[in-house]
Amino acid sequence: MKISLTLNNRPKTFDVAPDEYLVDTLRRYGYTSVRRGCDTTSCGVCTLLVDDKPVPSCAFLSARADGARLTTVEGIPETASKLAEHFGERGADQCGFCNPGIALAVHSMEQSGMPADDATIDHYLVGNLCRCTGYQSQREAIKAYLGDKK
Amino acid sequence: MKKTKTVNQQVPSVDGKGIMMGRPAFTDDLTPRNALVIKVLRSPHAFAKITSIDTSEAERIEGVELILTHKDFKRNAYTRAGQGYPEPSPHDKFVLDEYVRYVGDEVAAVAAVDEATAEAAVKAIDVEYEKLDPVLDFETAKDNDTLVHPEDDIYEMFPIGFDPKRNVAASYHMEVGDVEKTLSESEITVENTYYTQAQAHVMLEPHTVNAQLDYQNRLVLISATQTPWHVRRILSQTLEIPLSRIRVIKPRVGGGFGGKQAIHGEMLAAAVTMRTGQPSRLTYTREEVFESSYTRHPMRMTIRMGAKRDGTITSIDFHGLSDTGAYGEHALTVYMVTGSKVLPLYNKVDAVRFQGDIVYTNHVSSGAYRGYGAVQGNYAVESTIDMLAEKLGMDPFALREKNMMLENETSPIFEIMGEGTEGTAMVMESNKLDYCVARGKELIGYDEKYPRRETGESKVRSIGGAIAMQGSGIPYIDMGAATIKLNDDGFYNLTVGATDIGQGSDTILAQIAAEQLGVAVDKVIVYSSDTDLTPFDVGAYASSTTYVSGNAVLKAARSMRRMVIDEAARTLDVNAEDITFEGEVFKVEGSAPLTLSDLSNRLYYNEDQKQLTTTGSYYGTKSPPPFMAGFVEIELDTETGEYEILEYASVVDCGTTINPALARGQVEGGLMQGIGMAAFEDVEYSKKGKMITGDLLNYKIPTNLSVKKFTTEFADSYEESGPYGAKSVAEIGTDTPPAAIANAVYNAVGVRIDSLPITPEKIQKAMNDKKENDV
Repeated sequence: MKISLTLNNRPKTFDVAPDEYLVDTLRRYGYTSVRRGCDTTSCGVCTLLVDDKPVPSCAFLSARADGARLTTVEGIPETASKLAEHFGERGADQCGFCNPGIALAVHSMEQSGMPADDATIDHYLVGNLCRCTGYQSQREAIKAYLGDKK
Repeated sequence: MKKTKTVNQQVPSVDGKGIMMGRPAFTDDLTPRNALVIKVLRSPHAFAKITSIDTSEAERIEGVELILTHKDFKRNAYTRAGQGYPEPSPHDKFVLDEYVRYVGDEVAAVAAVDEATAEAAVKAIDVEYEKLDPVLDFETAKDNDTLVHPEDDIYEMFPIGFDPKRNVAASYHMEVGDVEKTLSESEITVENTYYTQAQAHVMLEPHTVNAQLDYQNRLVLISATQTPWHVRRILSQTLEIPLSRIRVIKPRVGGGFGGKQAIHGEMLAAAVTMRTGQPSRLTYTREEVFESSYTRHPMRMTIRMGAKRDGTITSIDFHGLSDTGAYGEHALTVYMVTGSKVLPLYNKVDAVRFQGDIVYTNHVSSGAYRGYGAVQGNYAVESTIDMLAEKLGMDPFALREKNMMLENETSPIFEIMGEGTEGTAMVMESNKLDYCVARGKELIGYDEKYPRRETGESKVRSIGGAIAMQGSGIPYIDMGAATIKLNDDGFYNLTVGATDIGQGSDTILAQIAAEQLGVAVDKVIVYSSDTDLTPFDVGAYASSTTYVSGNAVLKAARSMRRMVIDEAARTLDVNAEDITFEGEVFKVEGSAPLTLSDLSNRLYYNEDQKQLTTTGSYYGTKSPPPFMAGFVEIELDTETGEYEILEYASVVDCGTTINPALARGQVEGGLMQGIGMAAFEDVEYSKKGKMITGDLLNYKIPTNLSVKKFTTEFADSYEESGPYGAKSVAEIGTDTPPAAIANAVYNAVGVRIDSLPITPEKIQKAMNDKKENDV
């Protein structure tokens, strides 16, 4: 079946199977920043913004995305680039497999206008697992990034 | 320390921005679009013999290109462990075998045009099994009626105590002095037995590989591996493909922690592509990562310690048993590190013994995992130190300070115990453990807070701690190499075999080169780990990269620096000694300066044209250990046994930190894995041997809520033999949390939890048992 949607502000039409998930559709069409980490919506690696809300694309049927507005990290280069600088300063960017998902979650938090305090950051990012860092460096980097934007 | 411009400075990683922005980087991002999808049929039984496999129905499915079973492979026993050659792990595995030895073991592989077709074909394969009695309790494995490896065509490469007819994969024994005699003469003795569990690596990128034949008809694998050269060698030997026909490329890797220090999907992907001529890909599902890669070795460890009444520790006896699961990957070496990276901490003893068997069971294999045995041994020894301190009526850190190894000291264990072989004698030329302990106590507020304070009706806050050491590569075995090439316009390429798996080695190696060459890091373009294009390196393991590969880079950079100065001298027609050169400009008194950019443009386009390139390689003649002291403050609910980790304070001596931010990342990331192991991570099996924690819903890893605060500092330390004074830092963070948390729990409520993980249920039960005994 065909679905039409907006991806990173561009109109797109994708041919998808009825039981296909967005993570697989996007990877098949070359959007490889969306990656599979766990298959059980537990890790946050496959995070994607659907109408500005972060969702795990490994459990979001592509068919449901017809008419939706999708954003991958390629659609928020400024956020990703700035956030990466803060990550770099604090050693928060290790393997980076989870980083596009984190950038999208941070972007979404920023859009929502929530306060940039530790508790809010922890709450918003609790679903984005990282096995490399102790999270504290990420929290500091995200806080510094959000502070910069004020 | 000498003044540095780039090393030990705040330098952003060379790749962080591109990765964050989502550029294609990881193995599966680089898979050819037309690659066949490989799916593996896995054993539903913990132990069985395959009596028949019927693939005819599966083969009739349109889109199925190839099905492989054990009948398709010559029986070449190999080990998946990537750890040098000849390997200290037994060759006890076949690509596919007629026996399956754990739930998740490979039975057959299907290659098909897409995932759905491959999955359908896997389901259509008809297998008959003769079920066998599995060995599921490692304490009954030795001399069990069931032999996990009854076959005769498996072998050890050199003596490791391999005795498969007794379910023993390897065995080890060493003794300094007379332990029994010393213990019997000790004024105070303590003894305790500890159990550690299987822990899963849970690197976020699953094991992934793709294979293709290039236009020279060579096999090219792109693999998420920690050890590209070991992968190439093992593939060549096992599948009998000439080494010269294989290229292994390691792209960006999404975490490894030891879990990718072995062959996983590579063998099947290579076989499929060699037989079909088509590209193929094999990406493990998360369930396969859990069930069919490997875990940390579960162990039982009995420690006996003897001391004089004044707190002098006189003897340590360490008797262990390690569960290697179905295959003996890293069996001996992990177990040896359990002793060799823990017992030297207490180097003033009269006698020390370390022994144990590593046994086969029908669980998923155990393998390399950050800490590599040291974390298990640390838990047992550092818990026992606290027990001994209590019996002596001493503060546990006063006991440690009285007995621990200091700078310029040594331990006889270094010479006796290597990894699989004899070790290397060495003196601790850099060891700031005394500072680490003193500063760590300040950071956690030890003097005010130790051992406990009531903070509410049922709340207690307490402190616990431990000390640790690790290594910096394996002396005389681990080799790394680096090539530096000058380009026109005066920038360099640095190609290294060293394997960046997310720890940041590309960045720190570029920093080392940039420091020596006197240029900014962005003038050193790094490319790593491609068996065709970069020089050799054993790979990312044994905390070796900063020290071993870093020294190789430093050697290459020194050589390149001499080369450009010599060329400048020729160009300027002066003696090299008369040139002042910091990195960008060659200055000579009385003549116009020459820039590196001008020199290199001239070398490539104008006069005396030549390519400047140079290679450095290095192997350690010792393995200077990083040291650390770790302190935890917990708040424990005395009604439920639940506890929160309020702060983990660490002070680490890893010599110079090449990149302080990345070093902190290594320490805190390691601590978090150690905390997960200490507090709740646990690979569990059903009674029939099926893993029941095979996904992230049932196997929890730490989240951003697991630890309230890390305080991490580095000691001012300089290791003369390391690049710019550096030692390695990858693993040591993992080591202290189990003992530190166990000690904190004891200090809170007076119960010693001697099996990991330290769960609220165990604490509560121990408290209840204690109450009953006290009545």
